Amino acid sequence: MSNWTPIITLEEIPQLGSRVITTDTMNVAVFRTAKDEVFALRDACPHKGGPLSQGIVHGTSVTCPLHNWKIDLASGEALGPDEGCANVFPTKVEDGMVFLGLNDQSADVA
Amino acid sequence: MSKEKLVVIGNGMAGIRTLEELFKLTTEQYEITVIGAEPHPNYNRIMLSPVLAGEKQLEDIILNDRDWYEENGINLLTGDPVVKIDRARQQLTTEKDEVLEYDRLLLATGSNPFIIPVPGHDKEGVIGFRDIADVETMLAAASNYKKAVVIGGGLLGLEAANGLIKKGMDVTVVHLLDTLMERQLDKPAANLLKATLEEQGMKFMMEAQTAEILGDERVNGIRFADGSEIETDLVVMAVGIRPNIALAQESGIHCENGIVVNDTMQSYDPKIYSVGECVQHRNICYGLVAPLWEQAKVAANHLANIGIGRYEGSVTSTKLKVTGIDLFSAGEFHEQEGDETLVLRDPAMGVYKKLVVRDNQIKGAVMYGDTLDGTWYFQLLRDGTDISAFRNTILFGQHDLGDAGHGDETRIAALSNDAEICGCNGVCKGDIVDSIVKKGLFTLDDVRAHTKASSSCGSCTGLVESILASTVGEGYSATPSKKPMCGCTEHSHDEVIGAIRQQKLKSMDAVRDFLEWKTPDGCAACRPALNYYLLANWPEEYQDDAQSRFINERAHGNIQKDGTYSVVPRMFGGLCTANDLRAIADVSDKYNVPEMKVTGGQRIDLFGIKKEDLPAMWKDLSEAGFVSGHAYGKAMRTVKTCAGKTWCRFGTQNSTGLGVKLEELTWGSWMPHKFKLAVSGCPRNCAEATIKDFGVVCVDSGYELHIGGNGGIKVRVTDLLCKVDTEEEVLEYCGAFIQKYREEAHYLERTAPWVERVGLQTIKDVLLDDAEMRKSLYDRFKLSQQYAQIDPWKARAEGEQGHEFKNIQISAA
Repeated sequence: MSNWTPIITLEEIPQLGSRVITTDTMNVAVFRTAKDEVFALRDACPHKGGPLSQGIVHGTSVTCPLHNWKIDLASGEALGPDEGCANVFPTKVEDGMVFLGLNDQSADVA
Repeated sequence: MSKEKLVVIGNGMAGIRTLEELFKLTTEQYEITVIGAEPHPNYNRIMLSPVLAGEKQLEDIILNDRDWYEENGINLLTGDPVVKIDRARQQLTTEKDEVLEYDRLLLATGSNPFIIPVPGHDKEGVIGFRDIADVETMLAAASNYKKAVVIGGGLLGLEAANGLIKKGMDVTVVHLLDTLMERQLDKPAANLLKATLEEQGMKFMMEAQTAEILGDERVNGIRFADGSEIETDLVVMAVGIRPNIALAQESGIHCENGIVVNDTMQSYDPKIYSVGECVQHRNICYGLVAPLWEQAKVAANHLANIGIGRYEGSVTSTKLKVTGIDLFSAGEFHEQEGDETLVLRDPAMGVYKKLVVRDNQIKGAVMYGDTLDGTWYFQLLRDGTDISAFRNTILFGQHDLGDAGHGDETRIAALSNDAEICGCNGVCKGDIVDSIVKKGLFTLDDVRAHTKASSSCGSCTGLVESILASTVGEGYSATPSKKPMCGCTEHSHDEVIGAIRQQKLKSMDAVRDFLEWKTPDGCAACRPALNYYLLANWPEEYQDDAQSRFINERAHGNIQKDGTYSVVPRMFGGLCTANDLRAIADVSDKYNVPEMKVTGGQRIDLFGIKKEDLPAMWKDLSEAGFVSGHAYGKAMRTVKTCAGKTWCRFGTQNSTGLGVKLEELTWGSWMPHKFKLAVSGCPRNCAEATIKDFGVVCVDSGYELHIGGNGGIKVRVTDLLCKVDTEEEVLEYCGAFIQKYREEAHYLERTAPWVERVGLQTIKDVLLDDAEMRKSLYDRFKLSQQYAQIDPWKARAEGEQGHEFKNIQISAA
């Protein structure tokens, strides 16, 4: 089950931007939307592994900086005719602190 | 709240396309019923000809199968047509007495073939060419009978005749006039067409007026007005179509030739919309498919209660779908008094091209035999492009303007299916054709989304459009001449720039509010554009938005495929000292730079830098006197120079010194796209100044100024702007040119296409003939430079945007 890890305050993630979380095994991109929703994806585009954290965030999606794939932040699914899915990690915000749910399973997938 | 009821009468391309557009906007608003007279799901009507010719099967042309209706929760009723609309009660009655209620109604009833009301027109074996049933009748006739007559030598008639010949019938085309396809062709092209078709076995009776269809129950011949007769077992009437408006008329909706709609595709009854061949918009009824795509978009927009789209009419183009015949026509191809015509005629090659030109704009085009450039001419026509700069070569086609080195390889028809079209994404012709056919694609955007062809550098866009045009024929919808900036808005770049300036909009939210953006915070395409426009227009006030910049400009380095960055320090004019090189070498050692390269812009690129290391590296470079080279930005890049007269025995002026001055003036400036300069010390032009956005070629008596060149995707040689006498003038003209470009070009438009779009003369008018304007442009440029020439590297080395470069380390559970 999810193991909530406090990572950063909400304020430290720019609106419509992201921060990169480095774990032992991979990078996770944590995004903040204009409405202060927070999403986390493995920082690798399903297309060619581009760092999604470096993309432009709009609405609840991010556009990969390498080849403009548009990824839905909530599901990790590629939008439009493209097909592919980035691993999603659960997040929650409590008292301005962002928590990331890294479970064993997702670590395996990575 | 229960959903509103939307009923679509007509299960054809127009109605269903409108639903597809609607689903892009909302899937929740309506409970949808589609009523179709034919017992088939939506199919591609313009592909009936290839089905008849046996080149395609019926299942190949189905656009939406029954699963599609189910997946989208659409209630599809086929084979039970609507017979009555009760507008007061908002109810429909079908033939089988079913009663349906609607909140909104979409009439997409299409058109009917016109049957000439001569005696005998109702005999067995007399049909139109409109739907699958007609094709089935023709196919059945082809296997039982020998002779066929097609009445009407227009597009549809010739396609029908071609199909019947392919099926082994002996076919005569009867035409009232002396010119085939007179609505699309002029006489010379029509004659070439007729000759080719005759070679393929088609017979013609020109200027023949049908008087009577002969026979008992079934047709066995035709008598003409002059008394002559011809034997036949099948008569296909293809003399035109009439909008199908009977139902609308009976229910009291205002109709003339078609159902009259306004620019929002709304009929006289505000609850009833209409699209497709049944409508009359601004007095025009369209008989081709292409206008549908725009109409469907607008209707969907209003059905979804967004209410901002307007349909303003279409310019259409035609292509005949007969294998082996290349024919294209668009616009007003019959010249009027005062028009000029440009003609290329090569009877031996079977090539004929005619352009009708008025005031240096293309008004119409007819092409036969070689239609590759049809899409290009059509685009020039729609955009109203001034062709004066290239009219002497325009008939030879676009490749003559330089087409990414594809040159003559661009003969679409001759290409095999495994020919690579999109070199960036490795997409072959066959992939594109397959996607177009199987997925029912009609627009360039569709093809880009599904195949990726033309979605990267864009140099193959013309090729992809040609493939699209040749695959779907007249259903092809050219990119509208007014292109919205992106999917978030209906407004074009020019409209957005205009609004920012006139309404004094100074923030991104203000722009999006005022222009009614569809998305709250835009997308990856419009945000960088808006950020640039605001910055360029309000340099003193606008606060740059880092989150609206592409990563390269946000991180001030070029992102590489592995997620590392490259660093290019600025070397003014390409000059450097031993100390500069030593400092770069030290930095390279300190940060374990895996690879270094001398760039084409005469500086040094350090590759493979981790993002976290960037600020520290910049600090070291900054302390050694370097500033950012902006090698990553839509910005002024470099000034390339040659040795110049200090050393070179041919040099006429101090090209390096002038290069340094130009770079000092322009560095740090944000631009619509990248911008490169060069200064060559003599006409030998070693600095390649004539393929730069702004190039200076020194001559003994002064300085030649060249604009609008680039290497890259499409090599374009500069245009000569003027010659000036002093370095001060070079700087002023350069600054003024840059500022005009910065203020007027579209975001991501380089100077080369910009100069071609607005015309060299417009730029000369301002820069050469209006000293005051030039001076004020130059002043505005210098003002914006006060805010732009702050080294972003130094600022970040001192902590600005620190979060951008710091990762957060955690241990995974």
